[in-house]
Amino acid sequence: MLEMDLTARVGNFPIKAAFQAKAGVTALFGPSGAGKTSVVNMLAGLLRPSQGRIVVQGHVLFDSKHGIDLAPEHRQLGYVFQESRLFPHMTVAGNLSYGRRLVPKDRRHIDFDTVVDLLALSPMLARSPRTLSGGERQRVAIGRALLAAPRLLLMDEPLANLDTPRRSEILPFIEGLQRQLGISIVYVSHNMDEIVRLADQLIVMADGGIVAQGSVDEITARLDLRDLTGRWDAGAVLTTTVAAQDQRDALTRLSFQGGDLWLPQLDLDIGSPLRIRVRARDVSLALTPPQGISVLNVFAGRVMEVGEDDGPQVDVLVDIGCPLWARITKRSQRELDIVPGRMVHALIKAMAVDRRGLGNGPG
Amino acid sequence: MLSPLEIEALSLSLKVAVWAVACSLLPGIAIAWLLARRDFPGKALLDGLVHLPLVLPPVALGYLLLVLFGRNGPAGAWLHDWFDITLVFSWRGAALAAAVMAFPLLVRSIRLSMEAVDRRLETAARTLGGRPLRVFLTITLPLTSPGILAGLLLAFVRCLGEFGATITFAANVPGETRTLPLALYTALQVPGGEADATRLALFSVALAIAALVASQYLARQLSKRIGL
Repeated sequence: MLEMDLTARVGNFPIKAAFQAKAGVTALFGPSGAGKTSVVNMLAGLLRPSQGRIVVQGHVLFDSKHGIDLAPEHRQLGYVFQESRLFPHMTVAGNLSYGRRLVPKDRRHIDFDTVVDLLALSPMLARSPRTLSGGERQRVAIGRALLAAPRLLLMDEPLANLDTPRRSEILPFIEGLQRQLGISIVYVSHNMDEIVRLADQLIVMADGGIVAQGSVDEITARLDLRDLTGRWDAGAVLTTTVAAQDQRDALTRLSFQGGDLWLPQLDLDIGSPLRIRVRARDVSLALTPPQGISVLNVFAGRVMEVGEDDGPQVDVLVDIGCPLWARITKRSQRELDIVPGRMVHALIKAMAVDRRGLGNGPG
Repeated sequence: MLSPLEIEALSLSLKVAVWAVACSLLPGIAIAWLLARRDFPGKALLDGLVHLPLVLPPVALGYLLLVLFGRNGPAGAWLHDWFDITLVFSWRGAALAAAVMAFPLLVRSIRLSMEAVDRRLETAARTLGGRPLRVFLTITLPLTSPGILAGLLLAFVRCLGEFGATITFAANVPGETRTLPLALYTALQVPGGEADATRLALFSVALAIAALVASQYLARQLSKRIGL
């Protein structure tokens, strides 16, 4: 779908990035200054790499060996910027149709009304961008980029300028893009919650290079990346499918590689894929199978790794058929003698997995 | 109320100023764009050349025009031979003199306004499929329009008041190049012409104020429309 291999120098800062992304949502993650935006700008043709190659859906956009360097307007990529960059002298409708008018009719594969419905834009079509809230502006910016019929949508921290309520207001719209329009997205962010919720593949960048790439579950489970993927947000991502609905107790059973997980009822069809994030602080450990407790989800597993930390707590990686993180105090770790190789039982409170931590699975 | 001579001077002034400003608009936008957005060798020279009329005595500029565009001057002879246009002693010459004098004001205003346009909007338009020329016409130019309007009005008012370059280059021909300021000057040369001169001075004041008020109003409307 997307293939790139680039070397560049931005000011004094060298960037070297090579990756291949499959269809779906690919997140570009890393601390600020890692070079994420530069990479996206090179994809869009706003920044010229010193050498390399970019191929999107079989179309060569850049190839230093063959002297190919398409101008931004010929790359057919949509770009949603951190600041919405709406044109102030046009209405919302004018902004939306700006790119659309430049696309030949036979290439307009995304319908105007579909986009307006999907992003709930119809009440604001006649308004001026300056009367919109930050979240509304970003929705218009997304719609505007989509209507230019891109092969790939680039989003550079589209939620970074929004406060938390606005973020959660706009996230479902972005989820809907992939699901309903089938468009592939490169999503830049330094927020793990967003990435887990939206992305299928994850590319971790630091200091102008790519540190790791793979599926979201793999990367979030790696201990060596914890400095980058964040401590407070530490957690494991489980890829599950909805297995059963228990109407009487209002619970949903999800099956995954480690077994079955019970959650408060989710309004999803049986068989639908779902990705959930279990935070390390919501997982506790026991040496024997616990009895007579209210926790529904208990999984037997083997300790793989014990993290090192200055604080009173440590993170423990447990293999329960897939990686799971638990955060326990150092005292418990010492008293229970939790070391790699030890068999333990991991307890996940069902209520601990809230809807905000839910993401859609691949497909 | 107005004497035929006054009407003549007034309408000639308006005609000269309108033509001068209308013909400067496109070159003004082009040069403002070059100065605001491009880097090229000789940029400082072009900048200085555009601003020359601001610092040069108008009479000196009128003389330079005469050397260049007089009937025997290089440009003047060419215009005469190929297009049968003579600038000296004609209202066209007065318009040229006024245009040259007002040009720096026009360019300066457009340039400042163009430099203030958020270039990230232009980048966004490029990613939406807009070629550079289209982006210029649909994004840059509309967002520059308040500056263009202000520059046009400023230049217009400057043209109405042009005296030194006009009288040196196009001379003081009644009905052809005798604009308001020239008519005022002529009135002062005649004994007992003070009353006429006062009337003409008042017209000039009224015209200038009307133009400025109109420009303020239009600029506000325009800014509102483009959402600034």
